[in-house]
Amino acid sequence: MTRTRTPGISRRSTLALMGAGAMTFAAPWVARAQAKTIKIGMPTILSGRVAQLGTSSRNAVMLEVEKVNAAGGLAGRQIEMVIRDSKGQPQEAARVARELVNTDGCELMIDAEASSGAFAVHEVARDLGVFCIHTNSETSALTADPKQRIPNAFRTARQGVHDSIVGGSYAAAIAKAKGLKKWATCSPDYAYGRDTTGEFTLYLKRFAPDVEIISESWPKLFQPDYTEVVTKILQAKPQALYSCLWGGDLTSYIDQANIYAMFGQMEVFAVNMADYTALTVVKNLPKGIHSGNRYIKSFPATPENAAWGDAYKAKYNEYPTNWSWENATAIMLMAEAAKKANSADGKKIAEVLKGLTIKCPFGADGTVTMRGDDHTLVGYAIGWGTTIPQEPYVPEIKAGDWKTIFELEAEWKKSKGYT
Amino acid sequence: MDLDALAGCLSSSACLVTQTTSGLIIGMLLFLVAVGLTLIFGVLKVVNFSHGAFYMFGAYFAMTAYQLTGSFALAMLAGAAGTAILGLIFERVFMSRVYGADVLMQLLVCYAFVLIFDDVVRIIWGPEFRSMGMPAAFQVMPLFIAGGVVPPYYLLLIGVALIAAIVLGIGLTRSRIGKVIRAAAHNPGMVSALGINTGLIYGGVFALGGMLAGLAGALAAPVRSLTPGMGFSVLIESFIVTVIGGMGSILGALIGALLLGLIRSFGSLGFPLFTEGLMYLFMVIVLVSKPTGLFGKEAA
Repeated sequence: MTRTRTPGISRRSTLALMGAGAMTFAAPWVARAQAKTIKIGMPTILSGRVAQLGTSSRNAVMLEVEKVNAAGGLAGRQIEMVIRDSKGQPQEAARVARELVNTDGCELMIDAEASSGAFAVHEVARDLGVFCIHTNSETSALTADPKQRIPNAFRTARQGVHDSIVGGSYAAAIAKAKGLKKWATCSPDYAYGRDTTGEFTLYLKRFAPDVEIISESWPKLFQPDYTEVVTKILQAKPQALYSCLWGGDLTSYIDQANIYAMFGQMEVFAVNMADYTALTVVKNLPKGIHSGNRYIKSFPATPENAAWGDAYKAKYNEYPTNWSWENATAIMLMAEAAKKANSADGKKIAEVLKGLTIKCPFGADGTVTMRGDDHTLVGYAIGWGTTIPQEPYVPEIKAGDWKTIFELEAEWKKSKGYT
Repeated sequence: MDLDALAGCLSSSACLVTQTTSGLIIGMLLFLVAVGLTLIFGVLKVVNFSHGAFYMFGAYFAMTAYQLTGSFALAMLAGAAGTAILGLIFERVFMSRVYGADVLMQLLVCYAFVLIFDDVVRIIWGPEFRSMGMPAAFQVMPLFIAGGVVPPYYLLLIGVALIAAIVLGIGLTRSRIGKVIRAAAHNPGMVSALGINTGLIYGGVFALGGMLAGLAGALAAPVRSLTPGMGFSVLIESFIVTVIGGMGSILGALIGALLLGLIRSFGSLGFPLFTEGLMYLFMVIVLVSKPTGLFGKEAA
C-alpha cells in the first residue's frame, strides 16, 4: 500500500497561513497600542475659596499639553488629561488620586493640590508607585525631609525655604538701610503661615540681627474681618510688617488696612502680593508694598516669559497665577524627560528627570533644573520688589542669588536633621 | 496671653478709642446679619441656615451696582432691595412649604440652598474672589479722636447699623405692622382668624431679614473680599450672637453682637492666640448661666 499525498494545503502551509493571518490581524493592535493615548491624572482644587488657583493650574497644564500633543505627544503617545476636583480636602485628594490610577487607568500623575492635599497624594504615589509631580505644595519638608522621599515623586513648586532666604535677605537690606528695627507679623494661622513666617524671620534676623519682632497676629484662614488685627498692629507701632496672607485674605486685609492709612505708617512686606490674582483685584493698591514674585510676566524680564504670559491671557482672558507656572513647568519637564527616555513609562521618565535641566521661560537664567538628590525644582526665577498700582505692578524685582540660596538651604537642612 | 498689652491699652485713651470703635464695627455688621436671623426665628420659628447667603448676595449685588453706576448709595440700595426680593421669593416658593415640618427637613432645605446659592454666585460672578473697592468719597485720612484712629467709612457703617436697630426696635414695638408681626409670632392662628394674611407677614419678615443681611453684605463689600461661600463664616458668628443674646430677641442680638465685637477687639490684644476661643467661652458661660441667652424668653 502506498501512501499518496493528496493535493491540497499542507500542514506547513496551513501554519504559515495562520501565522501570516495572525500577523495581519495583530499588526493594527500593536500599532494601536503604540499610538494609544497616555492618561495623566490630575487632582486639584476646582471648587471652594481657592478654586481660582486650581483652575489656573488646569489652564496652564492644558496650554502645555496642547503643545506637547501637537509636537507628537509624550514619546509618541497623545496625552489625555483626566482632571478631578478634590474640593481642597486632603482625604478627597487621596481618594481621587487613587481612583485616577486604579479606575481611570492614568499612568502618570500631576498633583496640583495645596500642601495639605499634596502630602495625602504623596502617600498614594508611595503606595501605588505611580510617577507623580507635585506642582503646588511649597512646604519645604515635602521634598527636603528624606523620610518623605520616594523615587517616583518630584516637585515643581517653589519652596518655602527658598522664598524665606531671598525674602529675609531682601528685607534685611532694607531694614538696615532704613533703620527698621521693630517688626510685626500677620500671617494665616495654619502650617503654611506659621512655617513661612518662622523661616522669614529666621533669615531676617540672621541678616539684620538688630531686628526685633514686637507683635504677632495669626488670623484664621479665610477670616472675613481683620479690623482687630489692623488696630492691634497700629497700637504696636512697628516700623515694618511682614505678612504671608494670600488671595482673598490678602486683598481683604489691604482694603481694611488702607482705611486706617496703615501703609503710610510702616513698610509692608507681603510675600504673596505680586501675583495677578491679588494685584488685579485690589482696587486701591498702595504703592510701595514689598513682595516676592509669584507669577509676573515681567520677571524674569525675557521675551519667552512675556510671550508665555500673553499666550495664557489670550487663551483664558486672565493672567496666570503662581500655580500656573508651576504646573506648566511640570509638563515641560515631563515632555523633555520622555523625549530623552524615548518612553512614556513613569519609571524611565523618573530616571531621566533626576538632575534634568531644561530651557524654561520661568528660569532665573532661562533654565530650570530638577535637582537629583531631593527631587525638587531649583533655578526658577525668584526675587522681591515693590508694587505700583498699575501694570507692570512690580516694575523692578531684585533677583535672589541661587548660590546663596543653596548654601543657606544646605545649612537649614542640616539644622533640621535632613542631611 | 499678653495681659500687659491689654492693661496698657485700657490705660491709654488712644488705644481705648481705636479698639472700642474696632469692636463696634465688627459688632454692628454682625448685628445686621444676626438680627435678621433672630427675627426670622422669632416670628417664623425657623432657623434659617441659608441666611449667610443673603449677606453674600447683598455684597455681590452692591458690587455689581457700584460697577455699573459708580454710585455708592445705589450700591447699598441694590444690596438691600435685591436681597429683600430674593428673601421674599425664597420664603414664598420654598420655605413656606416646610413650616411645621420636621426641623431636619427645614435644615436640609436651607442647606441645599446654601450650596445652590453658592453655585449660582459662582456661575454669575465666577469662582475667583472679587473686590468692590472703597468709594472715592471715603478714601480719606482716618479721623484721630483722643489719639485713637477711626476711619470715616466705619463711622458711616456704625451709623447705618444703629439707624437700622432703632427703626427695627421702634417699628416692631410701636407701629401697627410691628404689632401684627408680634401677634403672628405669638399666635398665627388667631391673627389669621382676624382676616390678616399671615403668609404675607411671613414673606415680609423673611424679606426684612434677608434685606438686613444684604445690607450688611453691601456695607462690608468695600472692605472685604467677595467669594462664593463668603456667608458661611458670618453665619457661624451670627449664630453665636443669637445664642448669646437669646433666639428671637432683637435687643439680645444687638448686645450679643457688640459684646462679641469688643471681645474680639480687646481679646486680640490680651489673648492673641485665644481670641476665637474667647467668643466660644463667653457663649458657653452664657449658656450655662442662662440657657435661653441674655435676653431670651423661657419657653411657655
